Amino acid sequence: MILDLLATAALVATLAALPRLVVGPTAADRILAAQLSGTGTVATLLLLGAASGAPALFDVALVFAALSAIAGLAFVALWRRDP
Amino acid sequence: MTLALDLAGIALAAAGVAFLLLAALGVWRLPDTLCRLHALTKADTAGLALVAAGTTCLLPSAGGALSLVLCVVLVAISGATIGHLIGRAHQE
Repeated sequence: MILDLLATAALVATLAALPRLVVGPTAADRILAAQLSGTGTVATLLLLGAASGAPALFDVALVFAALSAIAGLAFVALWRRDP
Repeated sequence: MTLALDLAGIALAAAGVAFLLLAALGVWRLPDTLCRLHALTKADTAGLALVAAGTTCLLPSAGGALSLVLCVVLVAISGATIGHLIGRAHQE
């Protein structure tokens, strides 16, 4: 039960980053929010995997971590080309 | 023995989630982009490492632990790289 609570808290942390994604004055703030929501989703997946006792979710979290890493690097690369 | 492992796992996971919540609060409340960057990179590295350590304690399986370690290393490297690139690009 506690793990479900922790997974919900990690989801709240992920969703709390989205207003900064919308409001963020500069592009850097939006990249920050995207990176934080990616990490929060990975944490949520890990906690859900532990809560439901299914190690398969760890592989899902690994795929998502790879995707959020590449996406973050792509955002920064595109931002540096034409600020 | 398993009770101690479960308690340790829940404590580590709770600490990791606390890092995440603090980072979300920091990204929202801090005034400057570089301050937000400072808060963000803590969650990427420390927060996720604690959550992964807690999850490994709760579900002790070799395959799961391996993918968890890869996950933490991948997110830590990408978080640090992105933080560094943003910091440098922001200085210009």
